Amino acid sequence: MSSRDLILGRVRHALADLADDPAPYAQAVERSYLREHGERTVGQTVALLADNLADYRAVVHRCTGPEVAGTVARLLSARGARTVLVPAGLPPDWSADVTAVRVPDSLSSTAYDLDRADSVITGCAVAVAETGTIVLDGGPGQGRRRITLVPDHHICVVRVPAQVVSSVPQALERLDPARPLTWISGPSATSDIELDRVEGVHGPRTLEVLLVDEQPTPSDHS
Amino acid sequence: MRVALFITCVNDTLYPETGRAVVRLLTRLGVDVDHPLGQTCCGQAHYNTGYRHEAEPLARHFADVFGAYDAIVTPSGSCAAMVRELYPRMGERARAEGRGDTLARTLAPVVPKTYELTEFLVDVLGVTDVGAHYPHTVTYHPTCHGLRALGLGDRPRRLLEAVGGLELAELPGAEECCGFGGTFAVKNADVSAAMGTDKVMNAASTGASVLCAADNSCLMHLSGTMSRLSVGMRPVHIAEILASTREEPSA
Amino acid sequence: MSGTFVGMPAFPEAARGAVHNATLRANLRHATTTIRRKRAVAVAELSDWAELREAGKQIKDHTLRHLDRYLEQLEDAVTAAGGTVHWAADADEANRIVTGLVKATGETEVVKVKSMATQEIGLNEALEAAGIRAYETDLAELIVQLGDDRPSHILVPAIHRNRGEIRDIFRAEMTRWGRPAPDDLTDTPAELAEAARLHLREKFLRTKVGISGANFMVAETGTLVVVESEGNGRMCLTLPETLISVVGIEKTVPTWRDLEVFLQTLPRSSTAERMNPYTSMWTGTTDGDGPRAFHLVLLDNGRTDTLADAVGRQALRCIRCSACLNVCPVYERAGGHAYGSVYPGPIGAILSPQLRGTDSDIDASLPYASTLCGACYEVCPVAIDIPEVLVHLRERVAQGGQVTRAGTKVVLKPARGHAAERAAMRATRWALTHPGAVRAGQRLAARTRRFHPSRLPGPGKAWTATRDLPAVPPESFGDWWKRTNGGTRDERGGSR
Repeated sequence: MSSRDLILGRVRHALADLADDPAPYAQAVERSYLREHGERTVGQTVALLADNLADYRAVVHRCTGPEVAGTVARLLSARGARTVLVPAGLPPDWSADVTAVRVPDSLSSTAYDLDRADSVITGCAVAVAETGTIVLDGGPGQGRRRITLVPDHHICVVRVPAQVVSSVPQALERLDPARPLTWISGPSATSDIELDRVEGVHGPRTLEVLLVDEQPTPSDHS
Repeated sequence: MRVALFITCVNDTLYPETGRAVVRLLTRLGVDVDHPLGQTCCGQAHYNTGYRHEAEPLARHFADVFGAYDAIVTPSGSCAAMVRELYPRMGERARAEGRGDTLARTLAPVVPKTYELTEFLVDVLGVTDVGAHYPHTVTYHPTCHGLRALGLGDRPRRLLEAVGGLELAELPGAEECCGFGGTFAVKNADVSAAMGTDKVMNAASTGASVLCAADNSCLMHLSGTMSRLSVGMRPVHIAEILASTREEPSA
Repeated sequence: MSGTFVGMPAFPEAARGAVHNATLRANLRHATTTIRRKRAVAVAELSDWAELREAGKQIKDHTLRHLDRYLEQLEDAVTAAGGTVHWAADADEANRIVTGLVKATGETEVVKVKSMATQEIGLNEALEAAGIRAYETDLAELIVQLGDDRPSHILVPAIHRNRGEIRDIFRAEMTRWGRPAPDDLTDTPAELAEAARLHLREKFLRTKVGISGANFMVAETGTLVVVESEGNGRMCLTLPETLISVVGIEKTVPTWRDLEVFLQTLPRSSTAERMNPYTSMWTGTTDGDGPRAFHLVLLDNGRTDTLADAVGRQALRCIRCSACLNVCPVYERAGGHAYGSVYPGPIGAILSPQLRGTDSDIDASLPYASTLCGACYEVCPVAIDIPEVLVHLRERVAQGGQVTRAGTKVVLKPARGHAAERAAMRATRWALTHPGAVRAGQRLAARTRRFHPSRLPGPGKAWTATRDLPAVPPESFGDWWKRTNGGTRDERGGSR
């Protein structure tokens, strides 16, 4: 007998004491928890995202669409970045003013190549306000998973409010499980020394999140 | 209302003073309390040590002795939790073992009407000021079964706060177990003693002269630790504080 | 890691050293009180915590109830997405499968994400025997591996080490494994983290095989989820060419949507964060992104035996958050090593004796390593009633009974060493159903009270070594009641 059949047989045997449970899964779990916590305006949700990102030591910047290129260029030069990874599909105007050498996200790059890049610029798929999380799904402007991992500096551009949701349940609704997903909440960190949180281990030690207002009237952001 | 006092085996044998205090307190509050003499033990020690089958006759005996009363009051959070939480579980287990509903049916009547003392005072009698007077500084240790199994919440606290002359001192780490744990106290004596020492040192740090709890089993462990550590505090069951008046003060 | 748990003494004996080790006690107290406070804050932020906890419990119970169906669905989905699924009935088989897969790549070293399942099966030792070097990359696991130590906590295996000890281990041992620690390394956590970053980076960049576990596997989609903080997980999951994930069969959840519960409850329960820094989700393989080959090894190793126990199966709901360890007063004083398993603390005390059986001294003693205070149950994000299972396992140890071992029903005899206790329990049961006998005993004790010693021999010594005994009063409550008719004829207080 294969181990597969052995294990499945053991499972069935183990459950023999239980009565039949024909209820469909949709009815099996009581989902009385909230879809989101609290009531907020769109502007308040974006502000909560900014607060929670900052709480876990991401550096948050806010600007309007036309200001992205200048802001990105300023952040890179403040960092002293000489090379920057630019994934395919990144809106060209985001990196228009960049003076550092652009390195494409190429299949043939080795991990060592990536390790020599100073910074990376990406977009994201969705951002979660309640947890201060950005999620990358490998879509246009996000690149392979490794490019946001090996360099020590990650600039992530979030379109607000279009890409912002309040909660984890809302984020999962927007995501496609077939894509490789990376949820990022602040720079890498560890609690392994005396259960005390220290930021900065293997992933980028500096995470800068650029919240780009795409609404012409920012009056809602009071 | 026919109210029975379930004194518990530990109090009956070692802490009769607590039982007399419960009688005095309930009588003062107009409750006619009976103490059926056939009572012995709820079976908690047997059950929790892994002897559920030995605990079953004790549970049946408990149901026989107390079944006819309207309310059963006990000055012990853990014994009340045994009846309320674990008697139904014993019935379920017997059923799952193919022994039918007899045990569950026998035990069912006593389950909802068994009350820990402070619960009975606050929920059934509806009082928090029991007219007590106790001019001492007291720190209160909420015992685990009272706190987490019965969900006594702030009931004991509210009762103590209403006691005349009593000053309540906050106990650091109050919600942490004292380390008694029934047979744990001897099976894992080193860890138990370490936990007891920490609890006693926390109590001593409050400057209170009295450590109060609603369970004498825990207080027995803490009392034994206190006297060995020569800490100048007395362990006192909450019933004795609530029974104390200006006219008839408890020690 | 060469430290093993074979031949562990029973828990009380193993705990004794820890209780009297001042440094260890201080390290554990500091760490657990810090995280306890933070967890309470993180949980209080969610007004629907109770509902999330209940939903988590129901999702897991439902999955376990239909585990055969969901495992088959998972296998189909992973296979369809380009992965290969292997089934391992026990530790040996899992180790053979993984060793074979690594050998097939021609590589002799692997990088590992922290994984309880691979610790449980002793994978590193098996790989080493096959000439393959496994590098632990989680900071705490690295500390344990460099220190030739054993893990003592689920989330933070080196919780028993303070920053000074960690610096000393890094200074002394890193050079044996690769890039040495900087000469001027201090004990500040940021510098220690930096030293680990430098030490491990060369391994991440060059190693072609990654080994992981997983926090969740979604049957519907074939998606695996790894929740982590440091980025070592991302390194191992995305840089190597081959990824091998060893996952316990109970980690399955039915649907994608189910993650909405656990991604809220797990981070807050374990590291007390709203969200952990990194969560990776992958479904099979993706062209041009990440490993080209993905192998999933589904591990039983005692899980189906645990599933067969009506009371004990709830332990399989565990999502390995370690909230129960952090809140446990026994764990705080005994330390993780005393539990003799990669699963320490309250959850370990109910998992190890079920996964391994209760034959050994340590496994037979674990169900008693608790005061049943209930703090673990209160914080558990999937509502495992740990005290209930502990008592159930005590019954198994003390009284024996039917259990399932390796898929076969067997009847256990009561464990050795409980004969005297059993006799005492029987005798007291008899006495306590005969009230007259109790009264007679109480009166005898009262009459002889001035002869009672203050320190007892034999088993009673365990009490009197540190605690005084209560004085036996001259009269039991029952005798007082009878004599005074419930206080109405009290000779001192008069009639009431």
